[in-house]
Amino acid sequence: MSTETISAAASAEATERSRRVPGGLVLSWRQFLYWYTFFYRTWRGTVLSAILGPVMYLTAMGVGIGTLITHGLPDGVTYLSFIAPGVLAAMAMQNGIFEGSFTVLGSVKWAGNYWAAVNTPQRPQDIMFGTAMQGLARTAGMSTVFFCAMVGFGTTHSPWSVLALPVALLTGAVFLFPMMAFSITLDSDQPLTVVFRFVMTPLFLFSGTFFPWQQLPEWMHPIAFITPLWHGVELCRELTLGTVTATSAAIHIGYLLVALAGGVALARRNFSRRLYLHR
Amino acid sequence: MTSYALQPRVAPRLPGTFGTRRSLRLVERNIVSYRRMWLMFLTGALEPVFYLLSLGVGLGQLIPNVTGPGGAPVTYVHFVAPALLATAAMNGAMYDATFGIFFRLKYGKVYDAVLATPLTPPDIALGELTWCLMRGGFYAVAFTIVASFFGVLASPWAVLAIPAALLIGLGFAGLGMAIATYMKSWQDFEVVNLLMMPMFLFSTTFFPLGVYPRGLQLFVEITPLYQGIEIVRGLMLGAVGPSLLLRALYLALMALAGLAIAARRFGRLLTA
Amino acid sequence: MPGNLGGVSSSPSAPDVLIRAHGLVKTFPKKHGEAFTAVAGIDFEVRRGEVFGFLGPNGAGKSTTMRMIGCVSPVGGGHLSLFGLDPNTQGPRIRARLGVVPQEDTLDVEMRVRDNMHVYGRYFGLPRAVIRERAARLLDFVQLTDRAEDKVEPLSGGMKRRLTIARALINDPEILILDEPTTGLDPQARHVVWDRLYRLKQQGTTLILTTHYMDEAEQLCDRLVVMDKGRIAAEGAPRELIERYATREVLELRFPLGEQEQAAEKLAGIGERLEPLPDRVLVYADDGEAALTEAHRRGLEPVTALVRRSTLEDVFLHLTGRTLVD
Ligand SMILES: Nc1ncnc2c1ncn2[C@@H]1O[C@H](COP(=O)(O)OP(=O)(O)O)[C@@H](O)[C@H]1O
Ligand SMILES: [Mg+2]
Repeated sequence: MSTETISAAASAEATERSRRVPGGLVLSWRQFLYWYTFFYRTWRGTVLSAILGPVMYLTAMGVGIGTLITHGLPDGVTYLSFIAPGVLAAMAMQNGIFEGSFTVLGSVKWAGNYWAAVNTPQRPQDIMFGTAMQGLARTAGMSTVFFCAMVGFGTTHSPWSVLALPVALLTGAVFLFPMMAFSITLDSDQPLTVVFRFVMTPLFLFSGTFFPWQQLPEWMHPIAFITPLWHGVELCRELTLGTVTATSAAIHIGYLLVALAGGVALARRNFSRRLYLHR
Repeated sequence: MTSYALQPRVAPRLPGTFGTRRSLRLVERNIVSYRRMWLMFLTGALEPVFYLLSLGVGLGQLIPNVTGPGGAPVTYVHFVAPALLATAAMNGAMYDATFGIFFRLKYGKVYDAVLATPLTPPDIALGELTWCLMRGGFYAVAFTIVASFFGVLASPWAVLAIPAALLIGLGFAGLGMAIATYMKSWQDFEVVNLLMMPMFLFSTTFFPLGVYPRGLQLFVEITPLYQGIEIVRGLMLGAVGPSLLLRALYLALMALAGLAIAARRFGRLLTA
Repeated sequence: MPGNLGGVSSSPSAPDVLIRAHGLVKTFPKKHGEAFTAVAGIDFEVRRGEVFGFLGPNGAGKSTTMRMIGCVSPVGGGHLSLFGLDPNTQGPRIRARLGVVPQEDTLDVEMRVRDNMHVYGRYFGLPRAVIRERAARLLDFVQLTDRAEDKVEPLSGGMKRRLTIARALINDPEILILDEPTTGLDPQARHVVWDRLYRLKQQGTTLILTTHYMDEAEQLCDRLVVMDKGRIAAEGAPRELIERYATREVLELRFPLGEQEQAAEKLAGIGERLEPLPDRVLVYADDGEAALTEAHRRGLEPVTALVRRSTLEDVFLHLTGRTLVD
């Protein structure tokens, strides 16, 4: 590599500017850029599975199982159209949980990049938000691909459908922040597996994704209503089927936003505790 | 007296090619290191049960009877439960064998320490395989007990579903271990996922073969998971014939080939 | 003209103090029961351009102090200021002017050496071109230029340590904080690190370092504090401390197993002070040879006898009754 020449004055000027610390948004953005650099080399490897995954999923679960189903769905709705928006929201949740798990645990436990970052102007909340931004960016990418597949499979029946995409992203965010809050407290990856199996899988399976929640036994209905995923699934489905109303949208979005705020607060607190060592 | 440490480690004298009894020491190590993770085992056993409840019971209410292995109609719970046992066996074995072993090879330095003892690379391969099987066996028993509450065990042959699940685990653990030794980075898991996902989705796990056009049917029929599902389904639902033995042979050969490859690769990776 | 934040003092009689600590405390809540005080009220000042050391055994509270100075651990009590700023409220502004080498390397082991410099520099908001130029210069400074394109993982411990030092310098810090820079390195690797730190000192960089090696403290530090159990036991320049707390020379005597106690009794009165350790007896005397002659005259026959100059180790031993490295 050729030696670059930067004048001493220019270098001093850059130092001088770096001393004036910007606001939290810029600091978070710098953390995001770290992750961009980190993942830049490898994103191509994930593209194929990101595209093939949704197509295979919709084919198997929607078309395949759909051939067996004879009753129990809302009038005039095919199983494919029923399941697609549900899976959109559920996959966003899954992505949110994954992005909030190994990335965070690895940073604090194996790679050490968080411990490096705290010695720079980065604050724990900047590190947290920057990491969340990259998790959300990836979730958005995956959701967009899935949404395109949904359009391709003809499951978007209303002009409101496009709004299912931001709602799915919101659903992902609702799970991303609490997961980050949990992962930052850990020292091993075993508890993550427990969360995947004990929290994520049941949510995925019982939040009205694969069959109408009305099929659940009566006593489980309140449980479904308090899970954020149920709200995400319902709203996405109402949007793509065109059955959405102002009231239902307000309730679902309101609930998701409250859950999001709680998750963000928890993540901020736990990041500060761990990275500033006031355990 | 010659020291063990000075003997060539990759000495494929025949009795040792697939490892020796010393591999049990590695199993012991794994038991000790996992002893405090009972929650892992509990959740691992519950995961397929969640699937059974959701798909078999929840989704099953929307689905009338499905064509079973003998051509006779069966309920959806009966159809999907054996497949869930088989896929759980596959997933568990593949996860342990790829993710677990890759992690230990790369970060754990466990194997370097193990090789400083009389254990050889084939012992490690065999030990890990045994360990995968023990966990898989535990999960299979747990699932089968739960499934019996749903009246899924329609025939006395169903008892053999547990060894069948072990055989599936064995086959995929062998395959997974061989793959793990070729992986260079975490990104390579994408490839593993790309192999597993279509198998999981299309090997008659959720709907019968008849749904596909003929060309696709042939493709499905050659996947290892399909063999496993057919075996378990046949046993649980009482449609037993000699073809099940052929399918079992397929899985056994896959296990042997995987183990042989893994044993050689371990030797090369760890003693280079 | 760059706005001068620190305000270099023009008067030589009032040295430019960068860090002030008064009654600094850090308490960790224990999971069960009472709190644990890791730093129990310490006072010190660090001046621009000096090398300031914290010498103390493991668990003395050195790292805890370094983390408070590095603004990554809230001050638990007392007063601390850096550049006249308050760490509790101005953490990012202070850290922008610090370089930190933590006790454990925090390198991105999966990334290449050069990328480590890059991502770290970007945290400070430095332009890419500036980072490239500095990275090349700093990697050259720590003798890692030929490893620039390699991953960090396979580097030796000494190389990783040097890379961490180079990385900490990317923002042209006013103070470089090093927490045990050479612990765990082999002697040769330690000397390379010492050499680089010495050069930084020559260039006028303010350095703060912690160590439990007395030779490291003696060679590098202009001033140091001796820390033990969260408190400062003594403060001063290395030679000053040795003169104050030890004699000019020390006579080290080893006796056969089981005979040491008797021997120590017989030695009483020789030199200024005796220090019986588990494996040897130290005799503090300005003339070590004379003390040895006197010991022989009293009929003692040590297995080995060694006369050496006093070190900070002796200072520590005198102040705490314990050795630094156990
Ligand atoms: N985060 C923490 N929580 C509880 N105790 C701690 C924490 N960090 C350090 N300590 C304790 O404080 C004492 C001083 O530690 P440290 O500052 O690391 O010492 P040194 O760096 O001098 O070896 C030790 O007894 C250590 O166990
Ligand atoms: Mg320390």
